[in-house]
Amino acid sequence: MTQWSGYFGLILQGALVTIELTLMGSVLALVMAFLAGLGRLSRFFVLRALATAYIEFFRGTSIFVQLFWAYFVLPFAGISLTPLQAGVLALGLNVGAYAAEVVRGAIKSIGREQYEACTALNLGRWQAMHHIILPQALLVMLPTFGNNAIELLKATAVVSLISLADLTFQAQVVRSQTGNTLVPFSTILVIYFVLALLISWGVRSLERRMARGLDGVRV
Amino acid sequence: MSAPIIKIDGISKSFGTFKVLDGLSMQVMPGEKLALIGPSGSGKTTILRILMTLERIDSGHIQVDGEQLYHMERNGRLLTADERHLAKMRQKIGMVFQLFNLFPHKCVIDNVTLAPMLTKGVPRAAAEKRAMELLDMVGMVDKAKAMPAQLSGGQKQRVAIARALALSPKIMLFDEVTSALDPELVDEVLNVMRKLAAETDMTMLLVTHEMGFAHDFADRVLFFDRGRIVEEGKPDEIFRHPKQERTQGFLKKIIAAGHRV
Repeated sequence: MTQWSGYFGLILQGALVTIELTLMGSVLALVMAFLAGLGRLSRFFVLRALATAYIEFFRGTSIFVQLFWAYFVLPFAGISLTPLQAGVLALGLNVGAYAAEVVRGAIKSIGREQYEACTALNLGRWQAMHHIILPQALLVMLPTFGNNAIELLKATAVVSLISLADLTFQAQVVRSQTGNTLVPFSTILVIYFVLALLISWGVRSLERRMARGLDGVRV
Repeated sequence: MSAPIIKIDGISKSFGTFKVLDGLSMQVMPGEKLALIGPSGSGKTTILRILMTLERIDSGHIQVDGEQLYHMERNGRLLTADERHLAKMRQKIGMVFQLFNLFPHKCVIDNVTLAPMLTKGVPRAAAEKRAMELLDMVGMVDKAKAMPAQLSGGQKQRVAIARALALSPKIMLFDEVTSALDPELVDEVLNVMRKLAAETDMTMLLVTHEMGFAHDFADRVLFFDRGRIVEEGKPDEIFRHPKQERTQGFLKKIIAAGHRV
C-alpha cells in the first residue's frame, strides 16, 4: 500500500507538470492567436503573408515533429531549450495556429453595421478594433478557445517523449516499475478528464460573465 | 446669400454593373432640412453613405463646408484624400442608421460618450455631462445605464441620435431612421427630429418613406429615380402638385401602400 501511495505521488507530480505546460502553452497560444489572427486581417501584405505562413506551417505539420525539432534540432542552430521550454514552444505555436483562425473568424463575424457605426463616429481603425469589434468578437471566440485549450491539454502528453515528467511520462514509469498498466493509466485517464472538465467549466463561466447584459436579461 | 455647405458635382457610383448614381449634382445650404425621396434603388441612401465616407465615389467631386471630401489639395494639385483627411472631414458629419447600429456591449451612456472621449479627448466627466443633456433631449435619461438589448426600437434609435449629436456635427444624415420601427414607435423618433430641427441650425439630410413627416419637416424635397434627381422643390409643390410623371406615379404608389402624405 505504501508502495502505491509513492506511485500516486509520482503521478501527482506529473499532473502538476501537465497543468504547468497547459497554462504556459495556452498563454503562448493566445498571444500567437491574436498576433496571427489580426495579422491575417491586416491591410499590409507582408503581415498577412507572415501570418498565413505561420498558420499553414504549424497546422500542416505534426506537433510531434515540431516538438522534436524544438528540442533536438534547434540546438544545432545554437538554441538549446529545456524540455519544458521546448514543450511550451511547440504546444503554444501549434495550438496558436488553430486559434488564430478562430480569432480571424470571430472578427469577421461582427456585422458590417458595427464597422459603419465606428466610421460614422470617426473612430480610428485601431480604436474601432479595440473598443468595439474585439470585445464583441471575444465572446464569439470563447467557446472555441475552450476547445483549443482542451486540445492543448491532451497534446501535452507528447512531451513525455522528450523525457519531460508529465502525467503520461509518470504513468509509464509506474507501469514499468510495477508491471501494472490498468491502475496508472486509469488514474491519468481520470485526471486528464477532470482537468478538461475544469477548462470547460472555467470557459463557460467566463462566457456567461461576458455575455451579461448583451441578451437584455441581466445587467 | 451664404455658400452651400454641401456641393456635389457630377458624381457617379456603380456597384458592379449597376449604376446607382449617374453624374449627380446638387447643393445643400447651411441649416437646410432636405428630404430625399424616391423608389428603392434610386440612389438616395447611397448619397448619404457617400457623404459619410462609407462608400467611395467613382468620379466627380464633393465639397463639404468649403473643403473637398474625397480630395485634398497639396501644392496646388488635387490628390485622393488619405485617411487623415477623411477623419478631419468626418468631424463635420454625423449619421443615424436604419438599424440603429448601437454598440450592444456598451450601456446607453457609454454608447454616447465613447466617440467624444476617443476622438476628441473629452474627459469622461465632461463627456458624461454632455451625454446626459443629449439623453435628456431625446427623453432617454432614465435609461442611461441600460444595455441596448433592453430597449425598444424607438428607444434605440433615440439613443443613436444622441450618440451622433455628441460629436456636434454640422451636418446630420438620417437614413430611413424609422423604417425598421413598429408603427407605434415611429412618432417618438420623429418628435425628437422635429425638436432637433426647431432647436438647432444643423443641416439635416433625410432619406425617408414617411411622406407626411417629410412634408412637414423639410425645406426642400428631392425626388430621385435611377440615380438622378427627377424633380425638386418645396414640399407643397412636390407632394401636392408634382410635375413629373415619375414623381406622380411614385407618390400614387406610396399613398396606395398606406403612407400618409
